[in-house]
Order: sequence, then C-alpha cells, then structure tokens
Amino acid sequence: MRYAILLLGAPYSTQSSHSALRFAKALVSRGHKLETVFFYHDGVHNAARLMTPPQDELHLGDAWQQLHAEHGVALQVCIAAALRRGLLDEKEAARHGKQGVSVAAPFELTGLGQLIDAGLTCDRLVTFGP
Amino acid sequence: MGAVSMNESFDLNQAADTQVLVILRHGPQGGSLLREGLDAALVAAAFGRNVSLVFMGEGVMALCRGQDVDALGQKATAATLEMLQMYDITDVRVEAAAMTSMGLSEDDLILPVLPLPAKALATVIAAAPLVLTF
Repeated sequence: MRYAILLLGAPYSTQSSHSALRFAKALVSRGHKLETVFFYHDGVHNAARLMTPPQDELHLGDAWQQLHAEHGVALQVCIAAALRRGLLDEKEAARHGKQGVSVAAPFELTGLGQLIDAGLTCDRLVTFGP
Repeated sequence: MGAVSMNESFDLNQAADTQVLVILRHGPQGGSLLREGLDAALVAAAFGRNVSLVFMGEGVMALCRGQDVDALGQKATAATLEMLQMYDITDVRVEAAAMTSMGLSEDDLILPVLPLPAKALATVIAAAPLVLTF
C-alpha cells in the first residue's frame, strides 16, 4: 500500500515523533511504500537543522533524513507553520531578511495543498498528534 | 438536558460527497491545533475539494457565541469560522454528547450545525475518503 504520515507533535516533547518514526520503519520493512511524511503544527520542529539531542538519545532529525536516503520518503514541512516557529530554509531566510538557516534539504518547505494531495492520492494517511 | 436535538435522521447525502473530513478536537484557547486544523480545511476547500467539518470534544467550544476577539493576543478563530461559507464549507457537524457535556445548545453557537450521536459520527467518518484529525 501507499502511505503518507501527518506528524503534528514536537520532537522530544511528546511521543508522537518517535511513534511516527517507528511506524514509518515498520511500513517500509513490510514492503509498503511510504510516499511522504508531512510535518505540520509543532511537528515542524522535527526539521530543525540545529537539533542536538544528547548522544545517548535517538537523533530524530538524522533518523528522518536516513528514511529519506534509504527509502526515498519525501520530508515535507508546512511553510506557514514553519516560518511562525523560526524554521526557515535559505530561500525564506533571504526573503525575510533573516540571518542563518534552520531548515535544509532533504526537508522541504511546502504548502498545505501537498498534504491534501498526499492524503487523497495515497491509500492511507496516518496522523500522529500530541 | 439542554436543547441539543439528538437527531437520528441525519443527512448522509451531504456526507457522501465529502472528500476531506476535518475533525477538530481542540478549543480556541490553549493551543493552535484548532487554528491550524481550520487552515488545512480552508486550503482543501480552496483547492476545490468538498470539505466537511466535525467538532468533537473540547472542539465544540470553538463554535461558542460571544468570544472576545484576540483576547489572548492570538489571532481569533471565530472570524475564520464565520468565513467558512465563502469557502463553500457548509457541512458542519458536532458531536452531540460533547455539546451536552459542555452545557451548550444550538442557540449558543455561531453556525448552524448538525449534532450527531456517536454512532452516526462513526458512519460519517468511515464514509470520508480522507480524514484529517486535529
């Protein structure tokens, strides 16, 4: 089956990011196709480039990137939710006159329309919320 | 009990056309899930999808009359709800039990809604091709 995940929870604040990641890994290990993980609401913090958890904890940012590298999962971040929370890629930082970049590829800032598309074109969309 | 009508003969025809069902479970204060859930509903509608809303649990508080605009220095959601019709979102349902537990009747709400018993709600949710839960 073709799946999409909607993640609404902030990393290290609620369990939802860890649960979503474990679900994502279970999907691909069972041979399903995970098309996209869409980060919305506080979930956008999963895309924080400077995320630095202690070394004995799972690095969620790296884990999402690994999922992208190994299984081609798109990592889409709602641009409106991200900008509010200080998560800007190079293009948005330049547009808003901000120094520094807090989101980098393979995470991509995109619109909510992508979430609706993913939800309607995939067989299943599973939401992980706070 | 208040004036909540436990309408058993709800209209499933409209629900049958629903492409995107957005469930709102959070009130207007304390977090931004309601606002961001409504944003998702508006975007889906702007992309030409038939959108239905279901307010469940604390989410029914979003529909209360007399909310002070921007009381908490946050952008208020009531104005967005009043705009729903402009986006052709007219199918608005609420969990009847939630209205009862919050002590609300239909007269207390800013929009005409269809209160649904839990069983009918399950049917509506099962019939929707895409359900987004906030």
